Amino acid sequence: MEHSVQEVTFHHEPGGSEVVKKIIKTTIILSVITIIELGMGLAMYAFPMAAGLKLFLKGVIVILSLLKAFYIVGVFMHLGEEIKTLIMTIIVPLMLFIWFIAAFLWDGNSWKVLRNTYNPKAATEVHTEGGKH
Amino acid sequence: MATAGAQMETKWWSGGKSPFNVEYGKLMMWYFLMSDAFTFGAFLISYGTIRFSQNYWPDPNVVFNAFPFAGHANLPLAFVSLMTFILIVSSVTMVLAVHAGHKNDKAGVVKWMIWTIIGGIAFLSCQAWEWTHLIMGDHAVMINGQIENIGTTVTRNPWGPAANVAAHDGHHVGTTGPVAFGGYFFGITGFHGFHVLSGVVINIVMLIMTMNGVFERRGHYLMIEKAGLYWHFVDLVWVFVFLCFYLI
Repeated sequence: MEHSVQEVTFHHEPGGSEVVKKIIKTTIILSVITIIELGMGLAMYAFPMAAGLKLFLKGVIVILSLLKAFYIVGVFMHLGEEIKTLIMTIIVPLMLFIWFIAAFLWDGNSWKVLRNTYNPKAATEVHTEGGKH
Repeated sequence: MATAGAQMETKWWSGGKSPFNVEYGKLMMWYFLMSDAFTFGAFLISYGTIRFSQNYWPDPNVVFNAFPFAGHANLPLAFVSLMTFILIVSSVTMVLAVHAGHKNDKAGVVKWMIWTIIGGIAFLSCQAWEWTHLIMGDHAVMINGQIENIGTTVTRNPWGPAANVAAHDGHHVGTTGPVAFGGYFFGITGFHGFHVLSGVVINIVMLIMTMNGVFERRGHYLMIEKAGLYWHFVDLVWVFVFLCFYLI
C-alpha cells in the first residue's frame, strides 16, 4: 500500500569500479573473438582446404558470432540483470529463428538441387505419359 | 512491513509496481528491438536462401580487399575489420555513458556520448567509402563476348567466375556474378547503415538534452539507457551482417 504513491521500483544499483572492470573484460573478449573469426576467415582464403573443413570453420565462426551476441546482449545491454520473466519475453519469441533459418536455408538448397537436376525433356515425357491414361 | 516484504521475496505481480521492474519506455524499447531483430533476420535469411540456391557465390575475401590510400594492395577484410572495431569501441563508450548516468555523473555522460557519436560518424564514413569503392571500382568482365569494365551495383557486378580470356594488359577477366549479390549487399548494409545514422541522430539529441540539464532535473538518466539499448542493438546487428557478408 505504501507503494501506491511512489511505485517506481526500477532502480538498479549504480555499482562502482567492478562495473567498469566487467565492461573492459567484455571488450577484450569481443575483440579477441573478432580477431579469431578474422583469422579463420582469412585462413579459408589463404590456404586451399577441403570443402568439409571449410564448412566446419564456417560453423565455428557462426558459433563464435552467437557468443559475441550473447556478450553484447547480456553485458552491454544489461539483459542479464533484468527480471527472469522479462528475459523470457525477449528470448522465447526469438526461438522462432530456429525454424526460420532451418526452413529457408533448406528451401534454398532444395531449389538448387531441383534446378541442377531438372531435365526439361524428361519432364515432358512424364507429362505426356500421364495424359495417355 | 514493506521493507520486510522486499527483503523476503518481492511479489512482482501483486500490483502497485512494474512487474518487469523496468520503466515503460525501456520495456517497449526491448520489444521494438525484438521486432527489429526479426526484420533484419528476415533480410539475412532471405539472402541465405538465395545464396544456398546458387551454385556459385563470390568469395568475400576477393570482393572486399581494398583499403583507403592503399592503392591496389590486396588486403582482404582489413577495412571491414576496422569498421567492426570502430563499432565495438563505440558500443563500449556507450556502456560507459550509461554507467556514468547510473551515477548521475553529467560530465561523464557528456564525455562518453561525444565519443559514441564520433564512433558512429566514423563508421558511417567508412561505409560511405566502401560503397563508393564498390560502385566506382571497375573490373574487366566478359559480357556477351565483349570485355567491359563494370563496378558493383544492384543490377550487375563483376564477381563471377573467371573467364577463359586475359585482357591486353594481362589482368584477369571475370564474368558477371549473381545478380542478387549487389542487391542484398547494398540493401542489408544500407538498412544497417540507416540504423547507425538514426542512432547517431538519437545520440546527438540525448547529448543536447544532457548538456541542457534535462536529465539532471529529472533525477535519472533512463533516456540514455534507452538510447544505449538501441545503439548496442545496431552493434549486435553488425555482428551478424559481418558474419553473413564478410566471413562466411
